[in-house]
Amino acid sequence: MEELTSTSTPKKGPSVPAIPSVERRMFLRALGLTTVSAAALLTACQNSMNDLSPKISGARISADGVSFGEGDFAILNYAYALEQLETAFYMAVVEKKTFAAGSKEEMIFRDIHDHELVHREFFKLAIPADKRIGDLEFDVSSIDFTNRREVLNTARVLEDTGVAAYNGAGPLISKANSIYLTLAGKIVSVEARHASLISSLLQPGGGLFAGDYVVDNNGLEKMLTVSEVLGRAGKYIKTAINPASLLALESSKK
Amino acid sequence: MNLFGIFSQIEKADPAIGEKMDFSRRKMLKTTSVAAAATPLFFAAMVNKAFAAEGCAGDAIEIVKFALTLEYLERDFYRAAQFKAGLVPSGARPYVVQIAKHEAQHVDLLEGVLGYKPNQMQPKYNMATLNAALADYPTFLAYAQALEDTGVRAYKGQAACLLEEDTATSRTVLAVALRIHSVEARHAAAVRYMRELRVWPSGGQNGMEPDAKIYAGEDMAMQGPINLVDYFNMSENKMKLYSPDMAARSVYESFDEPLKAAEVLAIAGPFFATPM
Repeated sequence: MEELTSTSTPKKGPSVPAIPSVERRMFLRALGLTTVSAAALLTACQNSMNDLSPKISGARISADGVSFGEGDFAILNYAYALEQLETAFYMAVVEKKTFAAGSKEEMIFRDIHDHELVHREFFKLAIPADKRIGDLEFDVSSIDFTNRREVLNTARVLEDTGVAAYNGAGPLISKANSIYLTLAGKIVSVEARHASLISSLLQPGGGLFAGDYVVDNNGLEKMLTVSEVLGRAGKYIKTAINPASLLALESSKK
Repeated sequence: MNLFGIFSQIEKADPAIGEKMDFSRRKMLKTTSVAAAATPLFFAAMVNKAFAAEGCAGDAIEIVKFALTLEYLERDFYRAAQFKAGLVPSGARPYVVQIAKHEAQHVDLLEGVLGYKPNQMQPKYNMATLNAALADYPTFLAYAQALEDTGVRAYKGQAACLLEEDTATSRTVLAVALRIHSVEARHAAAVRYMRELRVWPSGGQNGMEPDAKIYAGEDMAMQGPINLVDYFNMSENKMKLYSPDMAARSVYESFDEPLKAAEVLAIAGPFFATPM
């Protein structure tokens, strides 16, 4: 136990008083800014605005598709859309009987379904009707629901994507509505618990629950932009959407 | 974005911030004993009253110090657990190794944000509390869960503070804090899974609790202006759930609740040598 107070982690490079270049680099890397110059970032934003289709290949993007709305409502609708998708997915897993009735996995998927449904209904109640997107339609027929491993992996990817989406969108909320960030924060950690639990089903006793593929070398969970999220989740969304306002909000805060 | 560049810009704009960033350490040394000033928790205890009303640990820099204090505790707790022969069974080792790695990374990162040397702010621990927490494997797991679930609640409680501060520094810290927050939640769920508990906190589902304060206020019916328990107790809504009889529990599990900075410090307090 003595080691506890006396240990000093060997650390790379000088840190004080000079600007700690190693740590600065680490920090920049944490923010994903090491290789992208400001100019390149702006160009990338422009591109994502002008040229949606190659970036969001899976989603049905259309100018007259469902718009997410303006300002903070765009972010709330973004979360609402993802919760709708997750609810639909878990309902399909239970209805299609991927797991034996009464099995541990089936009970877990029922529980997670109920959480996603609570989240979905919460956003439905919280967003004023004239600002809210409608009920989206989904197509999950590309998933083989008889394949346990495929279903678990799809669930893991959906949860990882949800967490990364919330983490990416949280800072876009306006400070006047910080309550939305608090509410989103209450939900995102539950999504992270889902991701962890599903990973433990996939790899009992292993490190997948917070695997290196999703947590970087600074111990930070990777986050995703709107385009990246729609690139992963869009293939399940049957309703045509128009994420232009959300993308504009995102690039305005860069 | 150069965080340290940002700091010097802020200093130019507001010289008082430079003084704050200088950790108020020298200032404190003048007025308090050296021993007290060397304990970071003591700084956290000096939370600005205006911030404290909302549960904030202070401005963005104070919030980083608050978070770093908790990360030191988590890192050193898992490190001690790994040192203690025979404590962690081999089957659980990959879990513990992965969690410990992240906590050490969080310490390194937050020290880097503050421009600190390694372990510059490392607290002095109450060894009696730590030894008791590592008495045996089930006790270790109970305390690991307590630290992780409290960590989740702690970061969650500071997010709105950082958003409202709305400075270049606070925005940078917010982006980082959110991404640590979800990693802590993954850890919390993993530890609860190892204990064969439900991985979401709710009343009666938390196993042996070292301290009732850890889960105080977790069972919330109200989210924003909406009473979700009432909503899901209405028969037409209840039937949308696969477990309609557990509607209230589903609501409680679906939202993790924040803690104020002072509440977090009250929970973590027994681990530190200097009482708060």
